[in-house]
Amino acid sequence: MEEKATSQQLLPHLFRLEYAKMTAVLCRHFGLQHIEIAEDIVSETFLKATEFWGLNGIPANPTAWLYTVAKNKTKDFLKRQQLFDTQVKGNIRTEEQQPAPDLAFTQQLFNDSQLAMIFAVCNPANSPESQICLALQILCGFSVEEIANAFLAKTETIKKRLLRARTNLRNDDFKITTLQEDAIQPRLDTVLRTLYLLFNEGYFSASNNHLIRKELCSEAIRLTLLLAEHPLTNSTKVNALLALMCYQSSRLDAREDEAGETILFEQQDKELWSKELIDKGNYYLVNACLGNEVSKYHLEAGIAYWHTTPTDNKKWEHILQLYNELILIEYSPMTALNRTFAFAKVYGYDKGIIEAEKLQLETNSYYQSLLGYLYADRDVEKAVGHYKRAIELTKSAKEKRTLLKEVERLKSSSTSIK
Amino acid sequence: MKEFVLIFRTSNNADFKPSPEQMQERMNWMAGIASQNKLVDKGNSWSPVSAKTVRPGNVVTDGPYTEIKEFVAGYVIVRTETLEEAVELAKDNPVLKSGGNVEVREVLKREINN
Repeated sequence: MEEKATSQQLLPHLFRLEYAKMTAVLCRHFGLQHIEIAEDIVSETFLKATEFWGLNGIPANPTAWLYTVAKNKTKDFLKRQQLFDTQVKGNIRTEEQQPAPDLAFTQQLFNDSQLAMIFAVCNPANSPESQICLALQILCGFSVEEIANAFLAKTETIKKRLLRARTNLRNDDFKITTLQEDAIQPRLDTVLRTLYLLFNEGYFSASNNHLIRKELCSEAIRLTLLLAEHPLTNSTKVNALLALMCYQSSRLDAREDEAGETILFEQQDKELWSKELIDKGNYYLVNACLGNEVSKYHLEAGIAYWHTTPTDNKKWEHILQLYNELILIEYSPMTALNRTFAFAKVYGYDKGIIEAEKLQLETNSYYQSLLGYLYADRDVEKAVGHYKRAIELTKSAKEKRTLLKEVERLKSSSTSIK
Repeated sequence: MKEFVLIFRTSNNADFKPSPEQMQERMNWMAGIASQNKLVDKGNSWSPVSAKTVRPGNVVTDGPYTEIKEFVAGYVIVRTETLEEAVELAKDNPVLKSGGNVEVREVLKREINN
């Protein structure tokens, strides 16, 4: 009985870990057009594991067991197919017969296959959202329900999105079998953007499921690490993105209390920041600065770096400078608001308010909460007004609670003065 | 939305080098416009030293065109609804503090069927 319980705990873990790897390796053999064959074989392998392990207990080396089964299933499939081709179709061309696959399942094969798969999945024909969904399903082994949970979307919506994305994937003539520089370089920016968004989905997601969000972040890091470790893709931009992810992740545990409520940056227990991840961030940021290139990932990693050093009194000036450069590279309301926050930290809240009000992002909840924050010590009534609008606008229940608390605090402090 | 070129002129002083504070101020000004999503082209700065002026009759003189005791230092292009709005953006440019001026000109779009 005990073994049964462990197999139920072990399988989901192994599934998440090995499903994507196995699919990538097999898909590389069968080609993108036949991704379903690869997925079927992998699913059957795990199904067999569920049955067999449940009855006989977990084998000594579960991973090796899985790969042996997958290899045999692949051989069986190819034998059947060959039989079909030669006898049923009468299509006898022995000299062109496919050699038996060399599925040695080495680390090198895993890395190459998964890297190829990342580039296949990040197909510009699909929208960034679809690319992320596809990445979560194919590269990270997430179920449709888990993806829907992470996106706060209906399962049906995600299913439809995946179906469309998969059609584009099959029709794409991306060569997954060989990794070639001329195929990789034009897509590298799309790949980085998707990984960046995948990470942000986890880091800023409105989903309440802390575990899923953490997993999104660590999956994004795992995939970016694959890029950094492969000579074909190890660029300064990749290192910058990896540094950014490490810095942000270092605060994952510090920004939520036991009840899952958000702890604002300024109130976080800095002891809870992961020193190890900050060190890794530093390592990749140094690598990122080896060239002359300054990408948005460099700038964002730079900003995240300054956030991990709370003692420097020039900190906000550095951050403002980086945000200034970032907003010139690419406009986004979020960058504009963050830049304005940094501006207020450097030049005072009065000037900050003037700068903030120029943005005119009335329907953006962060715009309203930024103004609420800047007005808090100057004009409680205005601050409360802005916070209330932010509460109406935000879709995140957690954000709502945090803002409500702030409104209560402001109201009680203003009545105590009177 | 219309586009406007903001042309910066400074006094005829080729030795002028902006201080780090002035550079920071200029950067803040431009990023402030970009934050409002009104920046079309951040332009670039033009050297007052590495410059020649070419005149008719194969006459080439050293330096930028300074007949009017000032020279064009650079430009940016912004996107606003009205000329007045573009003028408001120009009013905050730090070049005004050091004796320069800003010329605001609408970019005319050539219409094909007009």
